[in-house]
Amino acid sequence: MNYIIANHLVKEYGQGDAVVSAIDGISFEIEEGEFVGIMGESGAGKSTLLGMMGAMNAPTSGKLMVDDIDIYSLTQEQRADFRREFLGFVFQSFHLVSYLTVIENIMLPLAIVMAGKKKKVEMAEAAMSQVGLSGKAHRLPNQISGGEKERVAIARAIVNEPPVLLADEPTGNVDTKTSHDIMKLLHRLNDKGMTIIMVTHNPDCAGYARRIMRLSDGKLVDDNIKLRSLKRWQKKEKKQEPFPNPTQVQAAGSLRTG
Amino acid sequence: MTLKTISIRNLLRRKQKAGFILAGLVIGVSTVVGIITFVEAMANDINHNLEKYGANILIVPRTENLALSYGGLALGGVSFEMKEIQEIELARVKNIKNARNVAALGPLVLGAVNVASRNMLMAGVDFKAAEILKPWWNIKGAVPEENEVILGADAAEILNLSAGDPITVKNNSFVVSGILQPTGSQDDQLIFTRLVTAQTIFNKKGRISMAEVAALCKDCPIEEMVKQISDVLPAAKVMAIQQVVKGRMAVLAQFKKFSYSISGVILLIGSLVVLVTMMGSVRERTDEIGIFRAIGFRKGHIMKIIFMEASIVSGLAGIIGYFTGYGATKVALLVFIENHSGHVPFRFELAVGAVITALILGVLSSAYPAIMASRLDPNEALRSL
Repeated sequence: MNYIIANHLVKEYGQGDAVVSAIDGISFEIEEGEFVGIMGESGAGKSTLLGMMGAMNAPTSGKLMVDDIDIYSLTQEQRADFRREFLGFVFQSFHLVSYLTVIENIMLPLAIVMAGKKKKVEMAEAAMSQVGLSGKAHRLPNQISGGEKERVAIARAIVNEPPVLLADEPTGNVDTKTSHDIMKLLHRLNDKGMTIIMVTHNPDCAGYARRIMRLSDGKLVDDNIKLRSLKRWQKKEKKQEPFPNPTQVQAAGSLRTG
Repeated sequence: MTLKTISIRNLLRRKQKAGFILAGLVIGVSTVVGIITFVEAMANDINHNLEKYGANILIVPRTENLALSYGGLALGGVSFEMKEIQEIELARVKNIKNARNVAALGPLVLGAVNVASRNMLMAGVDFKAAEILKPWWNIKGAVPEENEVILGADAAEILNLSAGDPITVKNNSFVVSGILQPTGSQDDQLIFTRLVTAQTIFNKKGRISMAEVAALCKDCPIEEMVKQISDVLPAAKVMAIQQVVKGRMAVLAQFKKFSYSISGVILLIGSLVVLVTMMGSVRERTDEIGIFRAIGFRKGHIMKIIFMEASIVSGLAGIIGYFTGYGATKVALLVFIENHSGHVPFRFELAVGAVITALILGVLSSAYPAIMASRLDPNEALRSL
């Protein structure tokens, strides 16, 4: 079942002769439970597209449906409610609130939810357990490592158990080993049924996705590249997997390694 | 985790900024509380002294007659050819409900006399009461004894008499014991003697022509005093000397108005401090607010966070401001008002008013920053990093 349907999305900035097309007529469909990587050179429109899917960046034209909801026909406040119920966000640079503890950061989406304190703590602890952060609940962000911060960001994104997780460069600020740990975590979440859409420059990380969409100059130039599982990633698929390994992914364009 | 948690944590994290807002509002509130309390204490003090400075109620026999003036004051219906008030009746004034508000009661006996072929007015007064009723009197000489008189300045000049000179009034020989220094009032033209002496001369033993009362009106309005005295003296007409009362009240009202204006300006400045500081705080928190909006906080939630922070700081400022102003008033009263005990009664309504005012100012001053924060586009806020 197609969960996310984008129909000829266009995003333009500026006016008159100075108009720049950040997204230039992109259409795609994402099924429920897919793990999609979005790749492309800097300025290709990856983060813009992610922002659109996150109900934060209205397209100049085109339609975006999530779970049969035309999200840009909603009011701003309705979109906020939509984000809270349907989406989890993992931002670049973590974006943790510096004066809240780890568990308070994770519980942030629950601050506006009508639930008892005990229930909120249970949900936060469950998320912490999923990301492997037990024992760090009462530390402040400046007291944990980069990898742990990323886990806190992921836990915050999933505490509400959203059906869709949007991740913008989730391994952009961590080392290689931690990157793989984070990607394995996302893979586990995807195995449990969560739809994950991830923007990344890192071919290593992209390899964890089961499908890669490549953008260039705001256009979707490659799509539906299926990398069915991590185990098959090393094998070259003749027809459907032009990027079976990191070297080939890198060779596809001017991609930055993580 | 609630929105309140976010507000409190932010205040604890940004202690300096919170402290700055707190200080601004505390200074505003404490100044206002101090001014109001100090002004009220001073007004009470002034009023108390003013009330002791001369008569503000007149008791005259009930009669329908010509209007005459006494002391340059319009007395309404006072006639020279009048019935008298019995002295024993006057004593009932000491038994009215607010008798303790009667600072002085001064009976007068008035009569016309001929001295050295000149018609003059003679008044018999209670010189003890006159000390309170006429504190501006300055007698050059001595207060008259039984067979003595004092002359008003003009009367002395007309009669060409000075202290120690003999004077004959209604075939009675007196000695001038002193001369009243010029008062600028009708008193300058009168001959004054003791009440008993005048009653004897005019054959009005046990009777008086009128009485002056110095009433303290701080906790009992003058109208109430007039009513109480009227009730015990049905045969008399009791009147408040309106010009005196109104004049006093006008002075105090002007004083209070000025003080409240100053208070308003200071509060405005305090509000501006809150506004500017909160605006700066919102600008610093662009990324944080962007995160809040991105994870699903509505505009109302963002505004609630800002308003909660303002309310916490403002409420605290109201409480601290009240007690700071209260304490400052006590010190100021001891320094600026002689012989003041420094006692300032605790006024619950002023304390509540201070807290409510601080809260209103804090929230109103935060309204624009809160609206600004709620309107931050999450996409723009997150891209700014």
